[in-house]
Amino acid sequence: MRSRLAALGASLVLFAAAAGGAAAQGSDVEVKDVWARATPGGAQTAAIYVTMASAAGDRLTGASTPAAQTAELHIMTLDNGAMKMRQVDGIDLPAGQAVTLKPGGYHIMLTGLAQPLKEGQNFPLTLTFAKAGAQQVTVNVQKVGAMGPGGETGNGMSMPGMNMPMKP
Amino acid sequence: MARSQPKAKAAPRFALIAAAAAAILVLVAAGLIVVAYRDQAKGVAGGPLASLIGGKFSLIDDNGKPFTEADLKGKWHLVFFGYTHCPDVCPTALNDLSLALDKLGAKKSKVGIVFVSVDPDRDTPAVLKSYVESFDGPIVGLTGTPAAVAQIAQDYKVYYAKHPRADGGYDMDHSALIYVMDPEGRFTATFTPDDSEDTIVSRMAKLIS
Repeated sequence: MRSRLAALGASLVLFAAAAGGAAAQGSDVEVKDVWARATPGGAQTAAIYVTMASAAGDRLTGASTPAAQTAELHIMTLDNGAMKMRQVDGIDLPAGQAVTLKPGGYHIMLTGLAQPLKEGQNFPLTLTFAKAGAQQVTVNVQKVGAMGPGGETGNGMSMPGMNMPMKP
Repeated sequence: MARSQPKAKAAPRFALIAAAAAAILVLVAAGLIVVAYRDQAKGVAGGPLASLIGGKFSLIDDNGKPFTEADLKGKWHLVFFGYTHCPDVCPTALNDLSLALDKLGAKKSKVGIVFVSVDPDRDTPAVLKSYVESFDGPIVGLTGTPAAVAQIAQDYKVYYAKHPRADGGYDMDHSALIYVMDPEGRFTATFTPDDSEDTIVSRMAKLIS
């Protein structure tokens, strides 16, 4: 218990430092590694992934970008072997805990792209938080099959529950 | 008649329990068979499970040409169902499969990837063509009439359904299993989008050898 408290304390201190940096931008949510995949030809949708952390706890409630008509918060779930994509009202950011949106889980879904996303491009994104308000960040476009902000590929989707016992 | 009344009343609940029990038995049996076969180098081809998946179909490829089950012969195929408006799972799976094939070396030429659209209303051959060309792998995109897509989905035990969006558009719910078909067009094994490319590479290398 004590070591857990110590760890929590240490992470809060670290977090306060990180939040201090972000505070310069007038926000207490730290946002980093904002990326999207280049869109395959013909695709009219895209997904944005991001890492967010709030020292006090917050909630991502919306997003918008001039790059697309709509930007919605979505989650992928596996239900009886079927992949389902559903819109969610918000994504909670527990106090002092980084939340990473990544392939196979939560993403910010863009529909009605103004133009295809090309590797190496950057475009603006406004994230709206329940407490911190609006915060503008820059999305970096990685290659078509990227699995992470640095363009990592092929890590699998590591989606909880995807390990189905059907593997003849 | 009067005697059958109470029976009729009890029937729904009994039927429900019986159906549930039967379903559980089937699942357990299928699970046991799957476990028994999962480590077999040759997969289920030729075994009792092989006939569960696959069948005749009549679709159109991304060049606008007819594509049937006969076109699956002569090569191994990884068959995946999805749609081009899918921003997350479909690109991940197609990219993983493409990367895996790259690692197969000389055996790569023996494997093709088939991407079957469950969204034929939007996925025309032209849309599919530019979509699959964005990936490095040898991917053929297939679409067809709604009835033809429904037919192959039924043969491959694939579930798909439109899910309406608030803005009037829709997304597709769809099964995300990847089927391995052998050069005779027989169902052999499955992958999930969760499988790493290394898993896919080692399994495919064993199957092809």
